[in-house]
Amino acid sequence: MNNYLKEIFNGLKSLVIGLKVTMTTMLTKSTTIEWPREAAPIPERFRGHIMLRKNEETGLSKCIACGSCVRACPSNCIQVKGAKPEGAKKKAPILFQLDFTKCSLCGLCVESCPVDAITFSRNYALAGPSSEPFATMNLLAGLASPFREESNEL
Amino acid sequence: MFDSQENSTYQLEPVEDNQFVLNLGPQHPGTHGVLRVILHMDGEYILTADPVLGYGHRMQEKIAENMPYTQILPYMARMDYLAALSFNQAWVCVVEKMCGYEVPRRAEYIRVLTTELNRISSHYLWFGAFLLDLGAFTPFLHAFADREMILDLLEEVTGSRLTYCYFRFGGVSSDVDDSFLQGVQDFVEHMRSHLKTYHELVTGNVIFQMRTKDVGVILPFDTWGYGLSGPVLRGSGEKYDVRISEPYSIYPELDFEIPVERDGDCLARYMVRMREVEESLNIIQQTLDKMPDGPVRSKVPKIIKPPAGEACMAVETPRGELMIHVVSDGTKVPYRVRYRVPSFGNLSVFSRLAKGQLLADALAVLGSLDLVIPEVDR
Ligand code: SF4
Ligand code: SF4
Repeated sequence: MNNYLKEIFNGLKSLVIGLKVTMTTMLTKSTTIEWPREAAPIPERFRGHIMLRKNEETGLSKCIACGSCVRACPSNCIQVKGAKPEGAKKKAPILFQLDFTKCSLCGLCVESCPVDAITFSRNYALAGPSSEPFATMNLLAGLASPFREESNEL
Repeated sequence: MFDSQENSTYQLEPVEDNQFVLNLGPQHPGTHGVLRVILHMDGEYILTADPVLGYGHRMQEKIAENMPYTQILPYMARMDYLAALSFNQAWVCVVEKMCGYEVPRRAEYIRVLTTELNRISSHYLWFGAFLLDLGAFTPFLHAFADREMILDLLEEVTGSRLTYCYFRFGGVSSDVDDSFLQGVQDFVEHMRSHLKTYHELVTGNVIFQMRTKDVGVILPFDTWGYGLSGPVLRGSGEKYDVRISEPYSIYPELDFEIPVERDGDCLARYMVRMREVEESLNIIQQTLDKMPDGPVRSKVPKIIKPPAGEACMAVETPRGELMIHVVSDGTKVPYRVRYRVPSFGNLSVFSRLAKGQLLADALAVLGSLDLVIPEVDR
């Protein structure tokens, strides 16, 4: 009988201790934030989808279409086609397409690029009703092109 | 299709009144992934339990036979998504062993530091999920709030929150900065004081004690036969941890304990993991104190072609012993890769433990084994 009462007492005590923890936590500051009204800070090395760096002076990409990143990618999701613009020494990409649906964000392409032309974007809010736009992301969009109009349509 | 007539010990026809077949999973929150368990029940009691594997099979070993060594690295994180860094470490270590690459000291320290952080975050996720299985919701929120701090820290250095791809052959991909080290220091101090809350909230709780004590007892006799490892093994009184038994990296220079419990029940496995968190904090503190300066990545060739031969490497993941065996024929893709994963062994003891249990207790046992199904199926 004595033991029985002791057990009940100990049980109740443990519950009270547990409830105390809950009560104290209730009074502390909340750790969640309400997206989209607030956004969590994005760290420096955040890996979004890859994108091409812009050369600030010319507005062109730095890519020389060497294909290193294509070979480095484990998921086969980069497509690069290059050509020499008229009068230029180096090649430039005509097509730079990313299949983001397959990308594992591993960063091997970024590391493999000899001219440091690729980087990670800081865009995390990627969502859409179909996978189509993500499967054929044109990374050259928004960059100036060294090609004249007709060669662009190749 | 699973051939129920030939391969299984149960029959689809109910044998007697009260007996029936219950499908647990493949989509069931209690199985933590796409695991299906066919339960032959007698009322509330389990007669037999047959786990059905393979829903998440991704041919990881076959993929590895067709990929250059560097490109296999990101796949590692997809096997055990909760302990991506341990898997990273196993892969880089085995290739370094084969090719004889040097790893700078600072890189080794960073590797151990981040892997131990990863171990704590994995144990916290387990802690939350296990208590959810037992029907307690509050501890889950506590654990996730603390785990969030680790994820933020690791995101700062690795760039991702879960499936890290941070280690490279001959080092790590990028150096850590002082703000990260300070953040880890703050975290260690915070956790040291905050762990008390966990024990107040859960360990002493009378309901928790009743649900886990003497439930799912693994006898020491069974441990090696089933190929158990990790906290599941150490919960049954075996002192085996790859970090001590077959030390790698800088573990021999660090001073830490291997927690062992004797009872072999769910409570013992719980206690082992909670004490391991404390030990990991110890290890992290030591790496912070001793962190040397210097480079974090040595020069390795761009295309990796190990000499013909083979190498084996075992590391301790939060779930147990992971071993990778690689055979190279001197080309740039491996000839054969074999993974020995911890959860597979730990799952195999489940059929035995579940026999004769109540269904609710069997879920507690399944939770206490801490399975990651993609790692079982791989
Ligand atoms: S991040 Fe990895 S998977 Fe994605 S494109 Fe680059 S190499 Fe390919
Ligand atoms: S590796 Fe760099 S330069 Fe070469 S194709 Fe890729 S982005 Fe262009």
